[in-house]
Amino acid sequence: MPGLHKSEFTNPVANWIDTRLPILTLMSKEYGSFPTPKNFNYFWNFGALAMISLAIMISTGIFLAMNYTASTDAAFSSVERIMREVNYGWLLRYVHANGASMFFIVVYIHIFRSLYYGSYKAPRELLFMLGVVILLLMMATAFMGYVLPWGQMSYWGATVITNLFSAIPIVGESVVTWLWGGFSVDNPTLNRFFSLHYLMPFMITGTVFLHIVALHITGSNNPLGIDVKSPQDTLPFHPYYTAKDSVGIAVYLMVFAGLVFFAPNFLNHADNYIPANPLVTPAHIVPEWYFLPFYAILRSVPNKLGGVILMFSSIALLFVLPWLDTSPVRSTRFRPYYKKLIWVFVASFLLLGYAGQMPAEGIWVVIGRVATAYYFMHFLVILPVLGKLETPLPLPESISRPVVPRIISVGGGGGPMPQGAMAKTMEKP
Amino acid sequence: MRSTILLASLVLASTALPAVAQHSEEKLPEFPFTFSGLFGTYDRAQLQRGYQVYSEVCSNCHSMKELYYRNLKEIGLNDDQVKAVAASVQVPGGLDDEGKQTERSGLPSDHFKAPYANEKAARAANGGALPPDQSVIIKARENGSNYVRALLNGYEEAPAGVKVGDGLYYNVWFPGKQLAMPQPLRDGQIDYADKTPATVQQMSTDVTSFLTWAAEPELERRKQMGIKWVSIFAVLTGLTYAVKKKIWKDVH
Repeated sequence: MPGLHKSEFTNPVANWIDTRLPILTLMSKEYGSFPTPKNFNYFWNFGALAMISLAIMISTGIFLAMNYTASTDAAFSSVERIMREVNYGWLLRYVHANGASMFFIVVYIHIFRSLYYGSYKAPRELLFMLGVVILLLMMATAFMGYVLPWGQMSYWGATVITNLFSAIPIVGESVVTWLWGGFSVDNPTLNRFFSLHYLMPFMITGTVFLHIVALHITGSNNPLGIDVKSPQDTLPFHPYYTAKDSVGIAVYLMVFAGLVFFAPNFLNHADNYIPANPLVTPAHIVPEWYFLPFYAILRSVPNKLGGVILMFSSIALLFVLPWLDTSPVRSTRFRPYYKKLIWVFVASFLLLGYAGQMPAEGIWVVIGRVATAYYFMHFLVILPVLGKLETPLPLPESISRPVVPRIISVGGGGGPMPQGAMAKTMEKP
Repeated sequence: MRSTILLASLVLASTALPAVAQHSEEKLPEFPFTFSGLFGTYDRAQLQRGYQVYSEVCSNCHSMKELYYRNLKEIGLNDDQVKAVAASVQVPGGLDDEGKQTERSGLPSDHFKAPYANEKAARAANGGALPPDQSVIIKARENGSNYVRALLNGYEEAPAGVKVGDGLYYNVWFPGKQLAMPQPLRDGQIDYADKTPATVQQMSTDVTSFLTWAAEPELERRKQMGIKWVSIFAVLTGLTYAVKKKIWKDVH
């Protein structure tokens, strides 16, 4: 019949469905036979790990929401009720709370992978930008989730972060009142945060779907950063990468279990076990660890509006990263100077994180400012300029023949390279 | 090469994490509690002694409102003992036929009764200070078990030159070193049912254990499950790695 899909499934039920809705063909094409570069290292596990993290967060979150009460009078006790009275409630909550940390660890490593191997470069710019959208949605979701237990850090964290919007000229105060639904962080704020905290994971899921669609159009990058040339360069996703991802998932679950069962409050602030009290400000208001580098950037500017702008632009910069990096070579492996400088960037990011949790005084202010300056210099100066100055090492001919061809690159702007080495649209095999 | 990069990034990620832990100017003494460590468990006799300290001393000022009397079965009290403990307090009952508030004696299904009707009453009785609820006090303080035990042993004469404020007491472990709670425990203050000598050291260790149980009643089960699941995932890691090796052996 015209319009129907010619299914290759032999099972009659599968064939009947697939003929009308070729979802089985789609799955087997995208996750079964999908040609994947054969030279992935374990860094390429982290996309799958991020998916697992999202699934764990949504599935535990649904059950927590069944037992949680979003009201300033009852929220704290309802969380304690989950911990004490709900069957395995303590497990659900500790998995969910530590799951947020695991999700951020995984996503930060995933982003590092992209930076290190130049996965953000053409033709994968949009894929990368969708990833940045996911990061922003994750940050909003995590922030609102942290408010729900209604402890001291929940309350004061919410107060500090929402107050950032008061830095907007003229309308700032009105915007904050609108966000709060009142004149301070209170019951309406808690209610809307709960609603949004439940909504946003599904927005993340949708964006993840687009992220994967975009990935399956361009195909994956690989540690060499060169394009796939022939079927010899690839392996079918299944069983090769399903097997390799399984190893990573098992290690991930082991680390996760260690955290949940033996140190469930290691990454938490003790203050959040004190019920929220608008009349008592904690000695140090510190955000969750995954926000610390950005918190340090915020505090490095003495002017409130300036700090807010700088903090938001530190992430917004990632949207234009594909165009800031002028090097034609993707993988750091063939960029002798960038290979070192990216570690300086990583060090500056970690230093920002450390400075973010120290009191904003003395030497930490200076360190925070220097690290902030370096963070921006990396994107705005080093990446655009280095790409023009650096002579890349000769690239291998193909993934399956990782032998460097006998082409001696001459100094200056890029030098001659084998065809297809440039970051250009990959032709699908 | 690739494994070095992977390792380096994991090391960097892990060094970033302890940076989150708060730092204090003086190091708390680490006490070897029975529940410390990967295999730690509660000592039921100690929890019962700790409950005795709590009910005879702490509960005069501190509430513990997240707990139910029935929870005391978990520390080894039997049904009759729990009923007797609950029945020793009067709690608000329902409304009678004329709409008046009634009172009844407590049941195992009731929450621990708070010593004061509300925050104002608590402050009025304690010179303006509010004794914090103790349900999760151990989790609400950095290194809570060691902190609470040290605090209960930390009362001293203020050194010369330090002026202790009105209604405050000097304690080396309290942030700022002056707190509104007078020294709650003194040697021999309690007659333990099991005849254990009631030194301040003993009572503070016992009541800290009880408070830790109150904050983390799932601790034993959690650690047992942890041993099981971490082992399962370790075996799974080995298995998946072997399978991966086998599948990949002809590639390269």
